[in-house]
Order: sequence, then C-alpha cells, then structure tokens
Amino acid sequence: MDMINILTVFILAIFVGNEIITKVPPTLHTPLMSGSNAISGIAIVGAIISTKVGGELGTWLGMVAVIFATINCVGGFMVTNRMLKMFKRK
Amino acid sequence: MEYTNLAYVAAAVLFIIGIKRLGSPKTAQSGNAIASIGMLIAIIATVASFDLLDFKLIAIGMIIGSIIGATFAIRVQMTQMPQMVAIFNGFGGGASALVAASEFFTKHGTADLNTFISGTIILSVFIGTLTFSGSFIAFGKLQGFVSGKPIVFSGLQILNGFMVIGIVLIGTLITIGVNQDLNLFYGIVVLAVLLGVTLTIPIGGADMPVVISLLNSYSGIAASATGFVLMNNGLIISGALVGASGLILTNIMCKGMNRSLANVIFGAVGLEQETLSTDGKQINVKSSTTDEAAMILDAADKVIIVPGYGLAVAQAQHAAREVAEQLELMGKTVLYAIHPVAGRMPGHMNVLLAEANVPYDKLKDLGDINPEFEDCDVAIILGANDVVNPAARHDTSSPIYGMPILDVDKSRTVIVNKRTMNPGFAGIQNELFGFENTVMVFGDAKEMLTTLYKDLKEL
Repeated sequence: MDMINILTVFILAIFVGNEIITKVPPTLHTPLMSGSNAISGIAIVGAIISTKVGGELGTWLGMVAVIFATINCVGGFMVTNRMLKMFKRK
Repeated sequence: MEYTNLAYVAAAVLFIIGIKRLGSPKTAQSGNAIASIGMLIAIIATVASFDLLDFKLIAIGMIIGSIIGATFAIRVQMTQMPQMVAIFNGFGGGASALVAASEFFTKHGTADLNTFISGTIILSVFIGTLTFSGSFIAFGKLQGFVSGKPIVFSGLQILNGFMVIGIVLIGTLITIGVNQDLNLFYGIVVLAVLLGVTLTIPIGGADMPVVISLLNSYSGIAASATGFVLMNNGLIISGALVGASGLILTNIMCKGMNRSLANVIFGAVGLEQETLSTDGKQINVKSSTTDEAAMILDAADKVIIVPGYGLAVAQAQHAAREVAEQLELMGKTVLYAIHPVAGRMPGHMNVLLAEANVPYDKLKDLGDINPEFEDCDVAIILGANDVVNPAARHDTSSPIYGMPILDVDKSRTVIVNKRTMNPGFAGIQNELFGFENTVMVFGDAKEMLTTLYKDLKEL
C-alpha cells in the first residue's frame, strides 16, 4: 500500500509540474532552470537523514551529500534571485 | 514523524507556488523567495525530527556548502550562466547518488535491502552519478576546459551500448537479490561515471541547451528516486517537479532545432559526413564598415536586433542596448528577436539582455517576431548564424533543414556582425551572408557596437 501511495504522489506531482511549467514564458527559462535546479537540492533532506542512520561510511557519504546539496540549494536560489532582480527593474 | 511529513507537504506546496510565480517577470522574484522558504522549512523539519543527529557535522557541511554555493552565485557573470547551472545540476545529482549509496551501505546484508529498496537505490545511484559526471563535462565544455566541438571516436556508440547493458545486468542482479556483492555496486558507480562522460563529450557547443535541460531533468529524477528509497514524499514531489521542468525545456529546445532528442545525443557522428558535402559552395560577401552601417540605420524606421552566442562571448549585451537606445532616440522602433536555441541554454539571451537593462517586453520569440521582419528595414545579426540560415527553409540536403529560423532575410537590409567567416556550429556556410541585401561588418561584437554607437551619435 505504501508503495502505491508514493507512486500516486509521484505521478500526480509530474502532472502538476507539467501544468505549471508549460506556463512559464521563454523569457524566464533560464531562471526557471536555475530555480528548479535549486529545488532539486531537496536531496539535502535525504543527506541530513543519512548522516544519522548510515553508520560510519554512511555518515561520511551523507556529510559530502550535505555539502553538495547545500551548494545546489544556496547557489541555485541566490543566482536565480540575482537574475530575477534584473528582470524586475524596468 | 507526523509533523515532519506535514512540513514536507508544506514545502512541496511552497515549491509549486514558487514555480507558478516564475510565470511572470513581475512575480518571479517573490516566487523564488517562496521556494527557498519551502526549502528552509524542509531542512528545519528534518533536523528537528531526529534527536540523535550530529548537529555539528551537519552544520559544518552546510556552512561549507553555503560558502561555495554563495561564492559561485555572486561571482558568476551572466554570460557564464549555462556552465553555472550545469555545475549546480551536477552537485544536485551527486548528492542524490550519495544519499542512495549511503542507504545501500547501511542496509547491506540486512533483510531491509528488499527488491523495491535496492531497485530504487540502483536507479538513484545510476542517474545521480551520470548527472554528476555529465554535468562536469558540460561545465568543462562551456568553460573551455574541454573542447566545445563534438569529441567522437569510432566504437563510441558500441561502447555506450555495452555500458548500458552492463548497468542493466548488474542492476538486475542486485535488485532481485541474486548477488549483492559490494564490488558489483562499485561497478555500477564506475559505469555510470563513464557513461556520463561518453554521452556528453560527443555533443557540440550549440546543442548544449538540450544537454543542460536534460541534465536538469535527470537531477530531479535522481532526487525523486532517492525519495522512493527513503519513502519521503518531500523528495518525490520536488524531484518530480524538477524532472518535469527539465523534460519540458528539453522538448522545447529540440523543437527549436527540429531534431529529435536521440538525434541530438547520438547525432554528432552523422554530422561530420553531411558537412563535407556542403563545404564546396563559395559565397561572395560584401564587407563593410560601421560608418556605412550607421548610414543604413539612419534611413531605417524599424530595426530588429538578433543576438546569438557571439554576443555572449563578446560580452556585448550592454553595447547592444546602447546602440538600441540611440536608435530609439533617433525615432526608430527597435525590437529584439530571440530564437529558442540562441546561446547555450534556454533563455540565455533573455538573461543577458535583462542584465543590460533591456525591457523584457521588447524581446520577442520566434513566433511573434517572424511576421515583423516583413516590414523591417534593418535586421542586425549579432553573432548568430545557424538560427538565421535560410537554407533551413529550402535546402533539403542541409543538416539544419527543417529547423525553424528567424526570417531575417525578409528585411530590407541585413547587417551581419561576425568575428570571421567561420561557419557556425553546424559547420555549414550561411547563404544569407552572400545575399544581395546583406552587409557584413566583421569584428568583435562589443568593439563593433561601441564604434557603431559613436558613428550613430556623430550623424
């Protein structure tokens, strides 16, 4: 049941994504890409969990994952903000 | 645990609202902020849900990551945005792969490593690792560390085929639990790294928009797969959003070139043969100066500027805006024509021109601008080539035949600025340059525009 549940969530999320992303105009495609890229840094959640449950090796892998995912999140959101600031001013 | 899951739902909702607000330049900045708040909520909820977490370790990791990420984000130039996104993709994919690998090592040898878990782990490690190595090659190509030209050797496709078969075989062995030897797992990692490299090196510079979009999508799918491993809705939803976004952009880019995804990824081999046959054509061009260009522009009412990758390379976006403003001051209408695959990533030209303070409503995409060329007096081509090649409309033997192009040749006069007569990425000469109504002004785009600006002022 659990498996079916998360599969349902996954499929519905793809439909939602499809729906909202097709509405983004070409002008904003680069910020869309870097912004959604930052969202894929959500792997940081998994990274934090694996520093705890992973044992010695798992902890270190999790630690590297935390660094990678943070680079992805922080860098992604900041650079997107930098770009969008330019689009806002007229 | 209930509260944590609730927080993930909240984060996912904020991501969706955030992306939705990216739909308009006016709301986009707040959308990005909303998405980042979603991320913060997800992180805090995760940290708060485990009481035995090593906070110090996590804090150190996050501080290191923040410093690196922020440095990149502050220092990067707008022209370098494609490689920036490429490398961030790589880190995202790498993080997903590492999390899945960590799960594998933890559950290895226990009953927890059932078919579903091991299958999703393999998927996550494979896609995440491939994204990681592929993104670094893409970064290297865009930054100039690796040749931007397609790197192809005989047997490349066969090698790729064997690697895919190897990954599927090993992955199946591990998944169904026949053999979960750690060496097999390492084998998957090694093959995924190699495959990321061999799939990216044969792709040339102008096809980069497709590759970056695709890698973006992969980084999302990897995060989703990791979500399945951890049974975590937050990761699954966010990953799916990013995966969908990347795929949609990939599709738009492929349509912009009238090529299938398979053709972009595996097409570099065929391209070489096709270009040889078209090299024979000689084109006589009229070379001219900025003085003359200024006089042509003086007589015009409607001017359309067509930026390409050459503009980005020369960092000429500010100079272009100055010329455009001068022309507007002289009472002329100025528009910008943006081809979907101009530059090295989706929307690359838009970001550059936004940086130079060009109002976004002056930037027109392919469908909107093409009818405008009919009554356009002067089209100024700045470092664009294949996207304005009329051969795409009529020459069935051309490698770019069928690609939707900007109909610049319908303008009364076309001024083309290029560094040299070197053909564009597709390796074909552009017949536009030899047209009756075309004038070539050779030189670096920035220098040319700066001189043109002076010439216009002196009129």
